[in-house]
Amino acid sequence: MIELRSLTKRYGDALAVAELNLTVADGELLVLLGGSGCGKTTTLKMVNRLVEPTSGEVLIDGKDVAGLAPHELRRRIGYAFQRVGLFPHMTVAENVAVTPSLLGWDAARIRRRVDELLELVELDPALMRERHPDELSGGQQQRVGVARALAAEPRLMLLDEPFGALDPLTRDRVQQSFRRIRDKLGLTAIFVTHDMGEALVLGDRIAVMHGGRLLQVGTPRELLSVPADDIVRQLMDTPRRQAAIVDALLDPGTPR
Amino acid sequence: MSEQLALLPEYLTGHLQLTLAALVLAIAISLPLGILAVRVRRLEQPLLGIAAVIQTIPSLALLAVTVPLLAALNLRSIGFLPALIGLTLYGLLPILRNTVTGIAGVDPALKEAARGVGMTPGQQLARVELPLAMPVVVAGIRTATVWTVGVATLSTPVGAPSLGNFIFSGLQTRNFTAVFVGSGAAALLALLLDGLVHAIEIGIARRRRWLVAASLGTLGLLGVYAAAPVVAALLHPGTRPVTIGAKTFSEQYILSELLALLIQRSTGLPTEVRASLGSTVAYDALASGDIDVYVDYSGTLWATILRRAEPPPDRATALAEVARFLRERDGVELVADLGFENAYALALPARVADQLGVSRIGDLVPHAPRMTIGGDYEFFSRPEWRAIRATYGLRFAGERSMDSSLMYQAAALGDVDVISAFSTDGRIAALDLRVLEDDRGAIPPYDAVVLASARLAREQPDVIAALRRLAGTIDAARMRAANLEVDEKGRTPADVARELATALDAAATTAGLGVAEIKKDVELKLHLAGIRGMVSPDSVNAKK
Repeated sequence: MIELRSLTKRYGDALAVAELNLTVADGELLVLLGGSGCGKTTTLKMVNRLVEPTSGEVLIDGKDVAGLAPHELRRRIGYAFQRVGLFPHMTVAENVAVTPSLLGWDAARIRRRVDELLELVELDPALMRERHPDELSGGQQQRVGVARALAAEPRLMLLDEPFGALDPLTRDRVQQSFRRIRDKLGLTAIFVTHDMGEALVLGDRIAVMHGGRLLQVGTPRELLSVPADDIVRQLMDTPRRQAAIVDALLDPGTPR
Repeated sequence: MSEQLALLPEYLTGHLQLTLAALVLAIAISLPLGILAVRVRRLEQPLLGIAAVIQTIPSLALLAVTVPLLAALNLRSIGFLPALIGLTLYGLLPILRNTVTGIAGVDPALKEAARGVGMTPGQQLARVELPLAMPVVVAGIRTATVWTVGVATLSTPVGAPSLGNFIFSGLQTRNFTAVFVGSGAAALLALLLDGLVHAIEIGIARRRRWLVAASLGTLGLLGVYAAAPVVAALLHPGTRPVTIGAKTFSEQYILSELLALLIQRSTGLPTEVRASLGSTVAYDALASGDIDVYVDYSGTLWATILRRAEPPPDRATALAEVARFLRERDGVELVADLGFENAYALALPARVADQLGVSRIGDLVPHAPRMTIGGDYEFFSRPEWRAIRATYGLRFAGERSMDSSLMYQAAALGDVDVISAFSTDGRIAALDLRVLEDDRGAIPPYDAVVLASARLAREQPDVIAALRRLAGTIDAARMRAANLEVDEKGRTPADVARELATALDAAATTAGLGVAEIKKDVELKLHLAGIRGMVSPDSVNAKK
């Protein structure tokens, strides 16, 4: 379980995240949703201490993360982000194996784990293991990025628009496979996105942020039916508006 | 050629020692500093700034400046140490700058990923930042390598043997084979070391272990080759050879070889010649005991060591004063007055002198405003030049500094009208130049004297005794003839020195040493009578 308590981040005079209170239950996937600059990424990064909060605290299973060495904390938390950050001087297998090797796993266990993960993200280990990141397509890189985040068998995942750079078809496929993986492993996860559709497909609950503040938290259904304010309502309306446009295109009677 | 190639192992070893040690040090200093500069951003500008300022100091000056600095710290001030320090400083900038650029240029996404997967700061550096910055860092190391090999040729004037010995002595004695051997060997060495570093880089990037191992192995072998003489010297500390210094002109090369020969012969002690030392480096080296013997000139010592602004009243006073001062301040012994002067002298083509009707410096005064004067690098800033101008009221249209080996030719060809010649240079007669009489005594006497270090005087009385026998044995004509053999006939200083030694032996056996003493006495009397050795009848002008 992850608890954020009065979590605040200030950069000079600018308030990036203001007094955020949020709880993610075990096995739950919470989507942090909002436009750019709303503070969702900053919030996410305060969980694994890539960003240190100005005030407030983050508890994982009741323990304050500030009391842990950052690198040890991060080895227990899978982290995947939009720019992926696969190390170009390492092979796919070495990239996936980074955290296990930092944890001192033995070579045989690491090798088994790498193959298992590549299969999990639907990449052929025999074909992919020895390739370098620059020999992979964008979608393949994203999958390797997810595999790397999962490598050390974390119970907790942080994902920052991990599929943001993909074309719609690939993205749809990767989202589906991520859903399956999550269901299979029962991960607790925080997933940052600005994409309403992705939030609805993946999120058990959605937290909407704006200007560093939390506007509303709830299941997709709750947000769609009882939006807390205009901003949430407008955001929730976007899939409907898009659907209406698609419907209109399909109906030959209506002029465009 | 074979003569030069015989010297190659010694100079190449010296060059390799300096280059490899300086590079290892430069890497060991600038890599951590570069990493520090990236971590603590406010250090970046100051660190890079300091390295850049060091780089803007001309390399020869940088090497020369370390000599007095080390002397002030009471450390060995000439030879390996100052050259090593200078070269190391010179290698810092490219490595430091490329380390900073390389690490700072690593994609921020990769740095975030490195933190995100749980690396400690040290692991981020070792596993991600340094490997990714490596091509840029190695490019800096390669730049430093090529620079260091090149600049190391300039360690010769600070007393560290290097391939520069070929170049310095070759240029001075117009031995272009030596220049070619020295430059060629330096270029090949630069290519070799650069290639080895490059091979290591490729080996790491493409994960060819054998390539990395082979390149490192070759570098290691070069290191062993360079270090072997040092280790051998440490393991078998035999008698330290008597070290003889020489400044950067033919006469000095010849005399240093001559002194070496005489010491070997009369005492059986091993000797070693440190040639091509900078002018003041030579004296500092003697005073600090880094060399044991060299030849200097009374007028030079009077002006630059005693720092007297006024010219000495006469030749004998100059010698006596210099001898007293050096002994009292530095324990340096003035062992022998060789018997000739090598003074500054204004010279011009004889043809022009006849046309203008000038034979004394004073005669130049009406013509000087239309003339340019050429001099060696130090002449125009020396007290002698101020004294000549003040005494005669000379005003030239222009002053041009040039290498002393080139100025005689320049005068003969009319590129400059007058030069500040050295009175024992054989090219004065060979190129039909005329030395002008210093009738008002503005130029101090420059008796060539053998100086010995305090240590040598204390520990090797037999060497001192052998050197004393040289007193008054070489007159100006003999020295001039010897210089001409090297400067114009392309013979090696060692060769000419051997011949000179034989001639001195013959003179000593047929006439006995007494004659030389008498001759010296006569010279001194002539001098006291107002006829200066450099322009006396036995001098240049007598030839025409």
